[in-house]
Amino acid sequence: MSSNYLEIIRPGINTTFQDKGRDHLYHIGIPFSGAMDNRNYLIANKLVNNNLDSAVIEFAYQGPHIKYSGEKINCAITGDVIFSIKKKDTEIEGKCYESYQIENGDEINIISTNKSVYGYLALGGEFDLKFQWNSCSINTKANIGSNDGKKLDVGQRINLKKINSNKDIKKTNYINTKIENIRVIKGTNFDYFSEEGKKIFYEKEFTVSKLSDRMGMRLEGPKIDNIVNTNIKSEGLIKGVIQVPADGNPIIMLSDHGTIGGYPKIGVVASVDYDRLVQMSPGSKIKFKEINLSDAETLFKLYEMETQNLLSQI
Amino acid sequence: MIKNISNLGDAALYCDFGNEVNKSINSQVIKYFKTIKEKKFEGINNLTPSYNKLIISYDLKKTNFKEVKNYVENINAQDSKDINSKKLEIPVCCHENFSMDIKRLEEILKLSREKILENFLNKEYFCYMTGFIAGMPFLGDLDENMRAQRLETPRVKVPKGSVALTEQFANIYTFESPGGWNILGNTPLDVFDSSKEDKPNLINPGDTVVFKEITLDQYKNYNE
Repeated sequence: MSSNYLEIIRPGINTTFQDKGRDHLYHIGIPFSGAMDNRNYLIANKLVNNNLDSAVIEFAYQGPHIKYSGEKINCAITGDVIFSIKKKDTEIEGKCYESYQIENGDEINIISTNKSVYGYLALGGEFDLKFQWNSCSINTKANIGSNDGKKLDVGQRINLKKINSNKDIKKTNYINTKIENIRVIKGTNFDYFSEEGKKIFYEKEFTVSKLSDRMGMRLEGPKIDNIVNTNIKSEGLIKGVIQVPADGNPIIMLSDHGTIGGYPKIGVVASVDYDRLVQMSPGSKIKFKEINLSDAETLFKLYEMETQNLLSQI
Repeated sequence: MIKNISNLGDAALYCDFGNEVNKSINSQVIKYFKTIKEKKFEGINNLTPSYNKLIISYDLKKTNFKEVKNYVENINAQDSKDINSKKLEIPVCCHENFSMDIKRLEEILKLSREKILENFLNKEYFCYMTGFIAGMPFLGDLDENMRAQRLETPRVKVPKGSVALTEQFANIYTFESPGGWNILGNTPLDVFDSSKEDKPNLINPGDTVVFKEITLDQYKNYNE
Protein backbone atom coordinates (compact mmCIF):
# COMPACT_ATOMS: atom_id res chain seq x y z
CA MET A 1 0.00 0.00 0.00
CA SER A 2 1.20 3.44 -0.86
CA SER A 3 1.87 5.66 2.11
CA ASN A 4 0.98 8.83 0.21
CA TYR A 5 -2.72 9.22 -0.44
CA LEU A 6 -5.79 11.42 -0.54
CA GLU A 7 -9.02 10.77 1.26
CA ILE A 8 -12.23 12.24 -0.08
CA ILE A 9 -14.17 13.90 2.73
CA ARG A 10 -16.69 15.44 0.30
CA PRO A 11 -16.58 14.52 -3.37
CA GLY A 12 -18.20 17.61 -4.89
CA ILE A 13 -20.75 17.53 -7.68
CA ASN A 14 -18.90 16.10 -10.63
CA THR A 15 -15.34 15.29 -9.69
CA THR A 16 -13.30 13.09 -12.02
CA PHE A 17 -9.75 12.32 -13.06
CA GLN A 18 -8.89 13.79 -16.42
CA ASP A 19 -5.86 13.97 -18.65
CA LYS A 20 -5.33 14.64 -22.36
CA GLY A 21 -8.10 12.19 -23.25
CA ARG A 22 -8.14 9.32 -25.75
CA ASP A 23 -8.18 9.42 -29.54
CA HIS A 24 -8.77 7.06 -32.50
CA LEU A 25 -11.94 5.63 -30.91
CA TYR A 26 -14.82 7.61 -32.45
CA HIS A 27 -15.52 4.74 -34.83
CA ILE A 28 -16.37 2.42 -31.95
CA GLY A 29 -18.41 5.03 -30.12
CA ILE A 30 -15.94 6.47 -27.63
CA PRO A 31 -15.35 10.25 -27.50
CA PHE A 32 -12.13 12.10 -26.64
CA SER A 33 -13.10 13.00 -23.07
CA GLY A 34 -10.10 14.59 -21.31
CA ALA A 35 -9.96 17.87 -19.41
CA MET A 36 -12.72 20.20 -20.59
CA ASP A 37 -10.62 23.37 -20.31
CA ASN A 38 -7.34 22.23 -21.79
CA ARG A 39 -5.37 25.39 -21.05
CA ASN A 40 -6.17 25.34 -17.35
CA TYR A 41 -5.37 21.64 -17.24
CA LEU A 42 -1.89 22.22 -18.71
CA ILE A 43 -1.16 25.17 -16.39
CA ALA A 44 -2.17 23.11 -13.33
CA ASN A 45 0.37 20.42 -14.23
CA LYS A 46 3.11 22.92 -14.97
CA LEU A 47 2.62 24.65 -11.59
CA VAL A 48 3.46 21.44 -9.73
CA ASN A 49 6.35 20.39 -12.01
CA ASN A 50 4.42 17.51 -13.57
CA ASN A 51 4.61 16.23 -17.11
CA LEU A 52 1.98 18.19 -19.01
CA ASP A 53 -0.07 15.07 -19.79
CA SER A 54 -0.40 13.96 -16.16
CA ALA A 55 -3.75 13.22 -14.59
CA VAL A 56 -5.45 15.94 -12.54
CA ILE A 57 -8.67 16.13 -10.57
CA GLU A 58 -11.34 18.05 -12.48
CA PHE A 59 -14.32 19.41 -10.61
CA ALA A 60 -17.43 21.35 -11.61
CA TYR A 61 -19.22 23.99 -9.51
CA GLN A 62 -18.67 22.59 -6.02
CA GLY A 63 -15.28 20.89 -5.70
CA PRO A 64 -14.02 18.17 -3.38
CA HIS A 65 -12.85 18.43 0.21
CA ILE A 66 -9.74 16.33 0.48
CA LYS A 67 -7.41 15.22 3.26
CA TYR A 68 -3.82 14.40 2.43
CA SER A 69 -1.63 11.84 4.17
CA GLY A 70 2.03 11.30 3.41
CA GLU A 71 5.27 13.11 2.74
CA LYS A 72 5.38 16.72 1.57
CA ILE A 73 3.92 17.37 -1.86
CA ASN A 74 3.02 20.42 -3.97
CA CYS A 75 -0.48 21.17 -5.14
CA ALA A 76 -2.05 23.84 -7.33
CA ILE A 77 -5.53 24.82 -8.42
CA THR A 78 -6.41 26.52 -11.69
CA GLY A 79 -9.59 28.07 -12.97
CA ASP A 80 -11.61 30.66 -11.11
CA VAL A 81 -11.97 28.81 -7.83
CA ILE A 82 -12.64 29.60 -4.17
CA PHE A 83 -10.76 27.23 -1.88
CA SER A 84 -8.87 26.99 1.37
CA ILE A 85 -5.97 24.95 2.67
CA LYS A 86 -6.22 23.81 6.26
CA LYS A 87 -2.95 23.17 8.05
CA LYS A 88 -2.43 21.97 11.62
CA ASP A 89 -3.13 25.27 13.31
CA THR A 90 -4.16 27.59 10.52
CA GLU A 91 -6.45 27.80 7.54
CA ILE A 92 -5.35 29.88 4.58
CA GLU A 93 -7.44 31.23 1.76
CA GLY A 94 -6.12 29.67 -1.43
CA LYS A 95 -5.14 31.52 -4.57
CA CYS A 96 -5.41 29.95 -8.00
CA TYR A 97 -2.30 29.76 -10.18
CA GLU A 98 0.06 29.36 -7.21
CA SER A 99 1.49 26.15 -5.92
CA TYR A 100 1.40 25.27 -2.24
CA GLN A 101 3.27 22.69 -0.28
CA ILE A 102 1.04 20.45 1.79
CA GLU A 103 2.01 17.82 4.32
CA ASN A 104 0.57 14.96 6.32
CA GLY A 105 -2.89 15.81 7.67
CA ASP A 106 -3.45 18.95 5.60
CA GLU A 107 -6.81 19.44 3.94
CA ILE A 108 -7.80 21.13 0.69
CA ASN A 109 -11.36 22.38 0.66
CA ILE A 110 -12.57 23.45 -2.76
CA ILE A 111 -15.69 25.42 -2.05
CA SER A 112 -16.79 26.37 -5.55
CA THR A 113 -15.94 27.71 -8.93
CA ASN A 114 -16.73 31.38 -9.33
CA LYS A 115 -19.00 32.32 -12.27
CA SER A 116 -17.43 29.48 -14.21
CA VAL A 117 -17.79 25.71 -14.37
CA TYR A 118 -14.55 23.73 -14.24
CA GLY A 119 -11.50 23.88 -12.03
CA TYR A 120 -8.41 21.68 -11.78
CA LEU A 121 -6.45 20.34 -8.84
CA ALA A 122 -2.99 19.03 -9.65
CA LEU A 123 -0.66 17.30 -7.22
CA GLY A 124 3.08 17.20 -7.81
CA GLY A 125 3.37 13.51 -8.47
CA GLU A 126 1.54 10.66 -10.09
CA PHE A 127 -1.78 9.21 -9.02
CA ASP A 128 -2.04 5.43 -9.03
CA LEU A 129 -4.73 5.04 -11.70
CA LYS A 130 -5.96 2.56 -14.24
CA PHE A 131 -5.48 3.58 -17.85
CA GLN A 132 -7.80 2.58 -20.68
CA TRP A 133 -6.69 3.37 -24.20
CA ASN A 134 -3.72 5.37 -22.90
CA SER A 135 -5.86 7.66 -20.80
CA CYS A 136 -7.18 7.68 -17.26
CA SER A 137 -9.93 10.17 -18.16
CA ILE A 138 -13.21 9.13 -16.61
CA ASN A 139 -16.18 8.88 -18.95
CA THR A 140 -19.07 8.35 -16.54
CA LYS A 141 -21.51 7.56 -19.34
CA ALA A 142 -19.64 4.55 -20.71
CA ASN A 143 -17.89 3.81 -17.39
CA ILE A 144 -14.53 4.01 -19.05
CA GLY A 145 -11.23 5.09 -17.48
CA SER A 146 -9.87 5.17 -13.96
CA ASN A 147 -12.04 4.67 -10.86
CA ASP A 148 -14.17 2.20 -12.87
CA GLY A 149 -15.35 5.12 -14.97
CA LYS A 150 -17.23 6.62 -12.03
CA LYS A 151 -17.13 10.01 -10.30
CA LEU A 152 -15.07 10.26 -7.13
CA ASP A 153 -17.06 9.31 -4.05
CA VAL A 154 -17.08 10.11 -0.37
CA GLY A 155 -14.64 8.16 1.79
CA GLN A 156 -12.59 7.04 -1.15
CA ARG A 157 -8.83 6.73 -0.87
CA ILE A 158 -6.62 7.67 -3.81
CA ASN A 159 -3.02 6.56 -3.76
CA LEU A 160 -0.06 8.34 -5.27
CA LYS A 161 2.58 6.12 -6.76
CA LYS A 162 5.20 8.84 -7.10
CA ILE A 163 5.98 12.25 -5.63
CA ASN A 164 8.02 14.74 -7.64
CA SER A 165 11.44 15.46 -6.23
CA ASN A 166 11.27 18.95 -7.71
CA LYS A 167 9.29 20.85 -5.08
CA ASP A 168 9.92 24.38 -6.39
CA ILE A 169 7.00 26.66 -5.66
CA LYS A 170 5.58 28.21 -8.84
CA LYS A 171 3.24 31.06 -9.60
CA THR A 172 1.74 32.74 -12.62
CA ASN A 173 -0.46 35.78 -13.09
CA TYR A 174 -2.90 34.23 -15.53
CA ILE A 175 -6.43 35.61 -15.53
CA ASN A 176 -9.26 33.73 -17.18
CA THR A 177 -10.74 36.08 -19.70
CA LYS A 178 -14.42 35.96 -20.44
CA ILE A 179 -15.54 36.48 -24.00
CA GLU A 180 -18.71 38.03 -25.21
CA ASN A 181 -19.02 36.16 -28.46
CA ILE A 182 -18.42 32.51 -29.22
CA ARG A 183 -17.03 32.27 -32.71
CA VAL A 184 -18.53 29.62 -34.96
CA ILE A 185 -18.00 28.21 -38.40
CA LYS A 186 -21.04 27.49 -40.54
CA GLY A 187 -22.32 23.93 -40.09
CA THR A 188 -22.93 21.34 -42.78
CA ASN A 189 -26.73 21.75 -42.51
CA PHE A 190 -26.78 25.54 -42.24
CA ASP A 191 -29.21 25.73 -45.15
CA TYR A 192 -31.78 23.61 -43.31
CA PHE A 193 -32.77 26.70 -41.35
CA SER A 194 -35.04 29.57 -42.35
CA GLU A 195 -33.58 33.01 -43.12
CA GLU A 196 -35.17 34.17 -39.89
CA GLY A 197 -33.64 31.20 -38.05
CA LYS A 198 -30.15 31.96 -39.37
CA LYS A 199 -30.55 35.59 -38.34
CA ILE A 200 -31.64 34.58 -34.85
CA PHE A 201 -28.62 32.28 -34.55
CA TYR A 202 -26.13 35.06 -35.20
CA GLU A 203 -27.94 38.03 -33.75
CA LYS A 204 -29.85 36.95 -30.67
CA GLU A 205 -28.68 35.99 -27.22
CA PHE A 206 -29.00 32.46 -25.86
CA THR A 207 -28.89 31.33 -22.26
CA VAL A 208 -26.90 28.32 -21.03
CA SER A 209 -29.38 25.84 -19.54
CA LYS A 210 -29.00 23.91 -16.30
CA LEU A 211 -29.16 20.71 -18.34
CA SER A 212 -25.53 21.03 -19.35
CA ASP A 213 -22.74 18.64 -18.47
CA ARG A 214 -19.53 17.14 -19.89
CA MET A 215 -21.54 15.66 -22.78
CA GLY A 216 -23.29 18.74 -23.99
CA MET A 217 -24.40 22.29 -23.37
CA ARG A 218 -28.07 23.02 -23.95
CA LEU A 219 -29.13 26.52 -24.83
CA GLU A 220 -32.44 28.30 -24.37
CA GLY A 221 -33.71 31.34 -26.16
CA PRO A 222 -35.48 32.21 -29.38
CA LYS A 223 -36.30 29.11 -31.42
CA ILE A 224 -34.41 28.37 -34.61
CA ASP A 225 -36.83 27.34 -37.30
CA ASN A 226 -35.97 24.40 -39.56
CA ILE A 227 -37.48 24.47 -43.06
CA VAL A 228 -35.99 21.29 -44.56
CA ASN A 229 -35.96 18.38 -42.12
CA THR A 230 -35.53 18.18 -38.36
CA ASN A 231 -33.67 14.87 -38.72
CA ILE A 232 -30.75 13.85 -40.88
CA LYS A 233 -29.36 10.37 -41.44
CA SER A 234 -27.22 9.75 -38.37
CA GLU A 235 -23.59 10.70 -38.88
CA GLY A 236 -20.46 11.46 -36.90
CA LEU A 237 -20.13 14.34 -34.47
CA ILE A 238 -17.16 16.20 -33.09
CA LYS A 239 -16.88 18.39 -30.05
CA GLY A 240 -18.13 21.91 -30.63
CA VAL A 241 -20.84 20.86 -33.11
CA ILE A 242 -24.07 22.80 -32.57
CA GLN A 243 -27.10 20.63 -33.34
CA VAL A 244 -30.64 21.96 -33.48
CA PRO A 245 -33.32 19.33 -32.80
CA ALA A 246 -36.99 19.74 -33.65
CA ASP A 247 -37.72 21.95 -30.62
CA GLY A 248 -35.45 24.66 -32.07
CA ASN A 249 -33.11 24.86 -29.06
CA PRO A 250 -29.40 24.42 -29.90
CA ILE A 251 -27.24 21.80 -28.17
CA ILE A 252 -23.45 22.09 -28.29
CA MET A 253 -21.50 18.83 -28.19
CA LEU A 254 -18.83 18.78 -25.49
CA SER A 255 -15.93 16.43 -24.69
CA ASP A 256 -17.99 13.35 -23.60
CA HIS A 257 -20.53 13.64 -26.46
CA GLY A 258 -22.29 10.76 -28.20
CA THR A 259 -20.23 9.99 -31.30
CA ILE A 260 -23.17 9.83 -33.71
CA GLY A 261 -26.15 12.11 -34.03
CA GLY A 262 -29.12 12.73 -36.26
CA TYR A 263 -29.96 16.40 -35.76
CA PRO A 264 -29.01 19.09 -38.28
CA LYS A 265 -25.78 20.93 -37.57
CA ILE A 266 -26.14 24.70 -37.77
CA GLY A 267 -22.56 25.50 -36.76
CA VAL A 268 -19.36 24.37 -35.09
CA VAL A 269 -17.60 26.30 -32.34
CA ALA A 270 -14.12 27.41 -33.44
CA SER A 271 -11.39 25.52 -31.57
CA VAL A 272 -9.96 28.80 -30.28
CA ASP A 273 -13.07 29.38 -28.16
CA TYR A 274 -13.66 25.89 -26.81
CA ASP A 275 -11.84 26.33 -23.47
CA ARG A 276 -13.82 29.48 -22.75
CA LEU A 277 -17.12 28.04 -23.97
CA VAL A 278 -17.04 25.15 -21.49
CA GLN A 279 -16.55 27.59 -18.63
CA MET A 280 -19.88 29.33 -19.27
CA SER A 281 -22.14 28.42 -16.37
CA PRO A 282 -25.93 27.96 -16.48
CA GLY A 283 -27.63 31.30 -16.84
CA SER A 284 -24.75 32.86 -18.81
CA LYS A 285 -25.63 34.63 -22.04
CA ILE A 286 -24.08 33.41 -25.29
CA LYS A 287 -23.92 35.19 -28.60
CA PHE A 288 -22.51 33.54 -31.70
CA LYS A 289 -20.33 35.27 -34.26
CA GLU A 290 -19.56 33.76 -37.64
CA ILE A 291 -15.95 33.41 -38.78
CA ASN A 292 -14.48 31.61 -41.76
CA LEU A 293 -12.19 28.60 -41.70
CA SER A 294 -8.95 30.42 -42.39
CA ASP A 295 -9.57 32.99 -39.62
CA ALA A 296 -10.45 30.14 -37.26
CA GLU A 297 -7.17 28.40 -38.09
CA THR A 298 -5.14 31.59 -37.55
CA LEU A 299 -6.89 32.42 -34.29
CA PHE A 300 -6.25 28.92 -32.98
CA LYS A 301 -2.56 29.21 -33.85
CA LEU A 302 -2.34 32.43 -31.88
CA TYR A 303 -4.23 30.92 -28.95
CA GLU A 304 -1.90 27.94 -28.97
CA MET A 305 1.18 30.23 -29.05
CA GLU A 306 -0.23 32.14 -26.11
CA THR A 307 -0.74 28.88 -24.20
CA GLN A 308 2.85 27.82 -24.91
CA ASN A 309 4.10 31.25 -23.78
CA LEU A 310 2.13 31.02 -20.56
CA LEU A 311 3.55 27.58 -19.88
CA SER A 312 7.12 28.57 -20.66
CA GLN A 313 6.92 31.41 -18.14
CA ILE A 314 6.00 29.07 -15.29
CA MET B 1 -16.65 7.51 -54.18
CA ILE B 2 -16.49 10.72 -52.20
CA LYS B 3 -18.84 13.20 -53.82
CA ASN B 4 -17.79 16.21 -51.85
CA ILE B 5 -15.34 17.18 -49.11
CA SER B 6 -16.03 20.14 -46.88
CA ASN B 7 -14.97 21.27 -43.44
CA LEU B 8 -16.87 20.48 -40.26
CA GLY B 9 -15.59 23.26 -38.06
CA ASP B 10 -11.85 23.92 -38.14
CA ALA B 11 -10.66 20.49 -37.02
CA ALA B 12 -12.54 17.96 -39.13
CA LEU B 13 -13.15 16.94 -42.72
CA TYR B 14 -16.69 16.08 -43.79
CA CYS B 15 -16.60 13.52 -46.59
CA ASP B 16 -19.96 13.10 -48.27
CA PHE B 17 -20.61 9.87 -50.18
CA GLY B 18 -24.24 10.68 -51.05
CA ASN B 19 -27.62 10.80 -49.38
CA GLU B 20 -28.99 7.30 -49.79
CA VAL B 21 -28.52 4.61 -47.16
CA ASN B 22 -27.44 1.38 -48.77
CA LYS B 23 -24.79 -1.26 -48.50
CA SER B 24 -22.87 -0.21 -51.57
CA ILE B 25 -22.40 3.42 -50.49
CA ASN B 26 -21.64 2.33 -46.93
CA SER B 27 -19.02 -0.16 -48.18
CA GLN B 28 -17.27 2.75 -49.90
CA VAL B 29 -17.28 4.69 -46.63
CA ILE B 30 -15.85 1.72 -44.78
CA LYS B 31 -13.20 1.20 -47.43
CA TYR B 32 -11.96 4.77 -47.05
CA PHE B 33 -12.19 4.49 -43.28
CA LYS B 34 -10.03 1.36 -43.21
CA THR B 35 -7.50 2.68 -45.71
CA ILE B 36 -6.99 5.96 -43.87
CA LYS B 37 -6.88 4.23 -40.50
CA GLU B 38 -4.11 1.90 -41.67
CA LYS B 39 -2.02 4.68 -43.15
CA LYS B 40 -1.83 6.65 -39.91
CA PHE B 41 -1.52 10.14 -41.39
CA GLU B 42 0.22 12.44 -38.92
CA GLY B 43 -2.34 14.64 -37.21
CA ILE B 44 -5.49 12.63 -37.95
CA ASN B 45 -6.80 11.66 -34.53
CA ASN B 46 -10.23 10.16 -35.21
CA LEU B 47 -12.41 8.71 -37.97
CA THR B 48 -16.18 8.29 -37.82
CA PRO B 49 -17.75 6.27 -40.63
CA SER B 50 -21.55 6.37 -40.81
CA TYR B 51 -24.18 5.34 -43.40
CA ASN B 52 -22.93 7.65 -46.13
CA LYS B 53 -20.47 10.07 -44.51
CA LEU B 54 -16.96 9.84 -43.16
CA ILE B 55 -15.80 12.43 -40.66
CA ILE B 56 -12.06 12.79 -40.23
CA SER B 57 -10.93 14.70 -37.15
CA TYR B 58 -7.45 16.10 -36.89
CA ASP B 59 -5.27 17.89 -34.40
CA LEU B 60 -5.13 21.51 -35.46
CA LYS B 61 -1.76 21.82 -33.76
CA LYS B 62 -0.29 19.33 -36.24
CA THR B 63 -2.13 19.78 -39.51
CA ASN B 64 -5.01 21.67 -41.12
CA PHE B 65 -7.97 21.33 -43.46
CA LYS B 66 -6.00 21.91 -46.65
CA GLU B 67 -3.38 19.27 -45.87
CA VAL B 68 -5.85 16.60 -44.80
CA LYS B 69 -8.16 17.31 -47.73
CA ASN B 70 -5.28 17.06 -50.16
CA TYR B 71 -4.23 13.78 -48.55
CA VAL B 72 -7.71 12.25 -48.70
CA GLU B 73 -8.26 13.34 -52.31
CA ASN B 74 -5.13 11.54 -53.40
CA ILE B 75 -5.72 8.33 -51.54
CA ASN B 76 -6.31 5.22 -53.52
CA ALA B 77 -8.91 3.48 -51.42
CA GLN B 78 -8.56 0.42 -53.66
CA ASP B 79 -5.17 -0.13 -52.08
CA SER B 80 -6.66 -1.14 -48.80
CA LYS B 81 -6.62 -4.76 -47.78
CA ASP B 82 -9.87 -6.64 -48.25
CA ILE B 83 -12.57 -5.54 -45.92
CA ASN B 84 -12.04 -8.02 -43.18
CA SER B 85 -15.65 -8.70 -42.29
CA LYS B 86 -17.09 -11.34 -40.03
CA LYS B 87 -20.42 -13.10 -39.94
CA LEU B 88 -21.85 -13.26 -36.44
CA GLU B 89 -24.73 -15.05 -34.78
CA ILE B 90 -26.26 -13.08 -31.90
CA PRO B 91 -28.52 -14.96 -29.45
CA VAL B 92 -31.64 -13.02 -28.57
CA CYS B 93 -34.37 -13.82 -26.09
CA CYS B 94 -37.75 -12.34 -26.98
CA HIS B 95 -39.53 -13.49 -23.83
CA GLU B 96 -42.09 -10.98 -22.53
CA ASN B 97 -39.62 -10.08 -19.76
CA PHE B 98 -37.57 -8.38 -22.43
CA SER B 99 -39.77 -7.49 -25.40
CA MET B 100 -41.09 -4.30 -23.82
CA ASP B 101 -42.46 -2.82 -27.02
CA ILE B 102 -43.94 -5.90 -28.68
CA LYS B 103 -47.53 -4.67 -28.14
CA ARG B 104 -46.66 -1.30 -29.62
CA LEU B 105 -44.99 -2.98 -32.60
CA GLU B 106 -48.00 -5.27 -33.13
CA GLU B 107 -50.23 -2.19 -33.30
CA ILE B 108 -48.00 -0.09 -35.53
CA LEU B 109 -46.97 -2.86 -37.92
CA LYS B 110 -50.36 -4.58 -37.83
CA LEU B 111 -48.60 -7.91 -37.52
CA SER B 112 -48.82 -10.65 -34.88
CA ARG B 113 -46.01 -11.23 -32.43
CA GLU B 114 -45.14 -14.50 -34.21
CA LYS B 115 -44.97 -12.81 -37.59
CA ILE B 116 -42.83 -9.94 -36.24
CA LEU B 117 -40.34 -12.39 -34.73
CA GLU B 118 -40.33 -14.52 -37.85
CA ASN B 119 -39.58 -11.51 -40.04
CA PHE B 120 -36.93 -10.26 -37.67
CA LEU B 121 -35.14 -13.58 -37.21
CA ASN B 122 -35.15 -14.73 -40.82
CA LYS B 123 -32.96 -11.95 -42.00
CA GLU B 124 -29.30 -11.16 -42.40
CA TYR B 125 -28.23 -7.71 -41.22
CA PHE B 126 -25.36 -5.54 -42.30
CA CYS B 127 -23.52 -3.38 -39.75
CA TYR B 128 -23.37 0.14 -41.19
CA MET B 129 -21.65 1.77 -38.25
CA THR B 130 -21.06 1.67 -34.52
CA GLY B 131 -21.38 4.47 -32.06
CA PHE B 132 -23.62 6.97 -30.34
CA ILE B 133 -22.83 4.97 -27.21
CA ALA B 134 -19.73 2.79 -27.18
CA GLY B 135 -20.04 -0.26 -29.40
CA MET B 136 -23.69 0.18 -30.39
CA PRO B 137 -24.13 -1.40 -33.86
CA PHE B 138 -26.51 0.13 -36.42
CA LEU B 139 -27.82 -2.85 -38.39
CA GLY B 140 -29.91 -2.85 -41.53
CA ASP B 141 -32.11 -3.23 -43.35
CA LEU B 142 -35.43 -4.26 -41.94
CA ASP B 143 -38.14 -5.06 -44.49
CA GLU B 144 -40.59 -2.29 -45.36
CA ASN B 145 -43.35 -3.91 -43.28
CA MET B 146 -41.15 -3.95 -40.16
CA ARG B 147 -40.42 -0.24 -39.94
CA ALA B 148 -41.66 1.72 -36.93
CA GLN B 149 -40.83 5.19 -35.68
CA ARG B 150 -39.01 5.65 -32.40
CA LEU B 151 -40.99 6.17 -29.19
CA GLU B 152 -42.46 9.63 -28.77
CA THR B 153 -40.97 9.86 -25.32
CA PRO B 154 -37.68 8.02 -25.05
CA ARG B 155 -37.06 5.78 -22.05
CA VAL B 156 -34.74 7.18 -19.41
CA LYS B 157 -33.18 3.75 -19.00
CA VAL B 158 -33.01 1.06 -21.64
CA PRO B 159 -31.57 -2.17 -20.15
CA LYS B 160 -28.17 -3.39 -21.28
CA GLY B 161 -28.39 -5.95 -24.07
CA SER B 162 -31.72 -4.68 -25.42
CA VAL B 163 -32.27 -5.46 -29.09
CA ALA B 164 -34.39 -2.73 -30.60
CA LEU B 165 -35.81 -1.43 -33.87
CA THR B 166 -36.42 1.94 -35.50
CA GLU B 167 -37.17 2.65 -39.14
CA GLN B 168 -35.01 0.36 -41.29
CA PHE B 169 -32.51 -0.37 -38.51
CA ALA B 170 -31.93 -2.67 -35.57
CA ASN B 171 -29.46 -2.01 -32.79
CA ILE B 172 -28.19 -3.40 -29.51
CA TYR B 173 -27.83 -1.28 -26.38
CA THR B 174 -24.32 -2.12 -25.24
CA PHE B 175 -24.96 -0.76 -21.76
CA GLU B 176 -27.82 0.83 -19.89
CA SER B 177 -28.59 4.12 -21.53
CA PRO B 178 -31.47 6.44 -22.34
CA GLY B 179 -33.06 5.57 -25.66
CA GLY B 180 -36.15 5.67 -27.82
CA TRP B 181 -35.98 2.55 -29.99
CA ASN B 182 -38.65 -0.18 -29.94
CA ILE B 183 -37.38 -2.99 -27.74
CA LEU B 184 -37.95 -6.49 -29.09
CA GLY B 185 -35.65 -8.67 -27.01
CA ASN B 186 -32.37 -8.95 -25.17
CA THR B 187 -29.03 -10.61 -25.79
CA PRO B 188 -26.91 -12.12 -23.01
CA LEU B 189 -23.76 -11.42 -25.04
CA ASP B 190 -21.40 -8.60 -24.12
CA VAL B 191 -21.45 -6.62 -27.33
CA PHE B 192 -19.04 -4.04 -25.90
CA ASP B 193 -16.25 -4.93 -23.49
CA SER B 194 -13.96 -2.08 -22.46
CA SER B 195 -11.48 -4.48 -20.88
CA LYS B 196 -10.58 -5.72 -24.38
CA GLU B 197 -8.77 -2.62 -25.52
CA ASP B 198 -7.69 -3.98 -28.89
CA LYS B 199 -11.16 -5.28 -29.79
CA PRO B 200 -13.85 -3.84 -27.52
CA ASN B 201 -16.62 -4.17 -30.11
CA LEU B 202 -18.08 -7.55 -30.94
CA ILE B 203 -19.73 -6.17 -34.08
CA ASN B 204 -17.89 -3.82 -36.42
CA PRO B 205 -18.86 -1.87 -39.53
CA GLY B 206 -19.03 -4.22 -42.52
CA ASP B 207 -19.89 -7.29 -40.43
CA THR B 208 -22.98 -9.40 -41.07
CA VAL B 209 -25.28 -10.36 -38.22
CA VAL B 210 -28.06 -12.89 -37.80
CA PHE B 211 -30.17 -13.16 -34.67
CA LYS B 212 -30.90 -16.58 -33.22
CA GLU B 213 -33.78 -16.92 -30.80
CA ILE B 214 -33.08 -18.49 -27.40
CA THR B 215 -35.47 -19.39 -24.59
CA LEU B 216 -35.56 -17.70 -21.20
CA ASP B 217 -33.80 -20.72 -19.66
CA GLN B 218 -31.07 -20.62 -22.27
CA TYR B 219 -30.75 -16.90 -21.64
CA LYS B 220 -30.38 -17.39 -17.90
CA ASN B 221 -27.80 -20.14 -18.31
CA TYR B 222 -25.97 -18.44 -21.13
CA ASN B 223 -22.95 -17.16 -19.25
CA GLU B 224 -22.46 -20.27 -17.13
